[in-house]
Amino acid sequence: MHAVRLYAVVVVGGFRRYATYRSATLAGVFTNTVFGLILSYTYIALWHERPQLGGYDQADALTYVWLGQGVHAVMAVMGGGFENELIERIRTGDIAIDLYRPADLQFWWFAGDVGRAAFQLLGRGVVPIAFGALVFDLSLPTSPWIWAGFLLALFLGVVVSFALRYLVALSAFWLMDGAGVAQIVALTGMFFSGMLLPLNVFPGVLGEIARILPWSALLQMPADVLLGTYTGAGLLGAYGLQVGWAVVLLGAGRVLQSTATRRVVVQGG
Amino acid sequence: MRQVAEGLRAYRMITAMWVRSTMAYRASFAMTLFGNFAATALDFAAILLMFSQVDSLGGYSLPEIAFLYGMTGTSFGLSDLLLGSMDRLGRRVRDGSFDTLLVRPVPVLVQVAADRFALRRLGRITQGVLVLGYGLVAADIDWTVAKVAVTLLALVSGVGIFGAVFVAGAAFQFAAQDASEVQNAFTYGGTTLLQYPPSIFTKDLLRGVTFVLPLAFVNWVPAMYVLGRHYPLALPGWCVLLPPFVAVLCLLLAGLAWRVGLRSYRSTGS
Repeated sequence: MHAVRLYAVVVVGGFRRYATYRSATLAGVFTNTVFGLILSYTYIALWHERPQLGGYDQADALTYVWLGQGVHAVMAVMGGGFENELIERIRTGDIAIDLYRPADLQFWWFAGDVGRAAFQLLGRGVVPIAFGALVFDLSLPTSPWIWAGFLLALFLGVVVSFALRYLVALSAFWLMDGAGVAQIVALTGMFFSGMLLPLNVFPGVLGEIARILPWSALLQMPADVLLGTYTGAGLLGAYGLQVGWAVVLLGAGRVLQSTATRRVVVQGG
Repeated sequence: MRQVAEGLRAYRMITAMWVRSTMAYRASFAMTLFGNFAATALDFAAILLMFSQVDSLGGYSLPEIAFLYGMTGTSFGLSDLLLGSMDRLGRRVRDGSFDTLLVRPVPVLVQVAADRFALRRLGRITQGVLVLGYGLVAADIDWTVAKVAVTLLALVSGVGIFGAVFVAGAAFQFAAQDASEVQNAFTYGGTTLLQYPPSIFTKDLLRGVTFVLPLAFVNWVPAMYVLGRHYPLALPGWCVLLPPFVAVLCLLLAGLAWRVGLRSYRSTGS
């Protein structure tokens, strides 16, 4: 019970922390909206040439665009969450203090990241999607069940995103400067989450690989749940892939964490 | 004139210092240089993936889009190398370290521009030049001396136009200190817009980026002449020669905005 309360406080703390950056949030909404507009017109041109590309009609494709802009910050696709701070704590040696706190290191940072994601969903997610729905014809579902299923897929996406960025941050134990790794993982994520182009438009083997990599859990799967692509066993399969990646990546984080803390060398004095 | 020369000298010295400090972590530098190249290469890869499904987009072939992409990518890359660190201004104002820039005997604009000069941005320029090279070779262009001149002039002017956006964006950050993302909407958003042919966008959007925020002069307007295409808005023929004038005008306006911003600066006191 005590632990639940502790982590609940950390979640709220993560939420409130991001809620203080009001003009940054507004600026982010503005940027996502501008990119949503540009992408919408390129997708319209693309779907004009090839209607039903990737199994989407134009309204599906545009829904995908605005959803991508809405969850971009939630999923921290390009980084920018807790990981920079954790890297900094590892570099300066402050991590030693964290290690003897009576809280689990991985779970502590996860709770904070859930708070961040929740704020980003409200602060930066709702407005671009609403704007997109006003300007373009989107195919948003009316069934509350589909929306509920979508929220579950989003949450699982946040878990996978956290697990990936946790691994990035821990790499700083060995490299000291984690910026290079963070950047390369961010780029891979940008491409394979489907932020640039839906993964079902990727041709052939590349498409098949892209759809089973962990990044597909960040945008492609929640989007397909919202668009009603999955039913029955297919839906369970999608959740299964998300959960599978979450377990594998969180487990890898555990292993790396215990290896790192055993060989921790505290920098400086 | 002497002031300008001294400013440039200071810019060179500060950037040289950052380059030396970057080189202290060579492995990390190599990775970020590659990352910078790959970041832009991936958005061209997305265009290539689109063309694996279609033969043209908005009536334009892949080489023609590569030409548009390469022009804006090269101009923006150079501008980003020279002035791309200006979006850190808001952070400096917030944490109070901006004050230290005010007391040094070097123009503040120079210090902000050279702050954390990032050589890794050569990666973006390299990628832009490569795509431009492909576009120049593969697109069906009847080259004339005039077309070569228009292309070169547009590339240089593009650096100026994007540079003005960077300076104006920094000036805006005096007012909104943690809103550097607004700048991204105009810089990264602008260059993303210009990668695609103007024919796919609505007239209102085109009017906006031609007459209000004249990004269209970075590549669209001159490129239409080079590619022998019609710009979707009715512009007189001599408009292809406008980019240098547009760049100078934008830089003057941005400089003015910078002055106003700097005058309005009140320290946070921290």
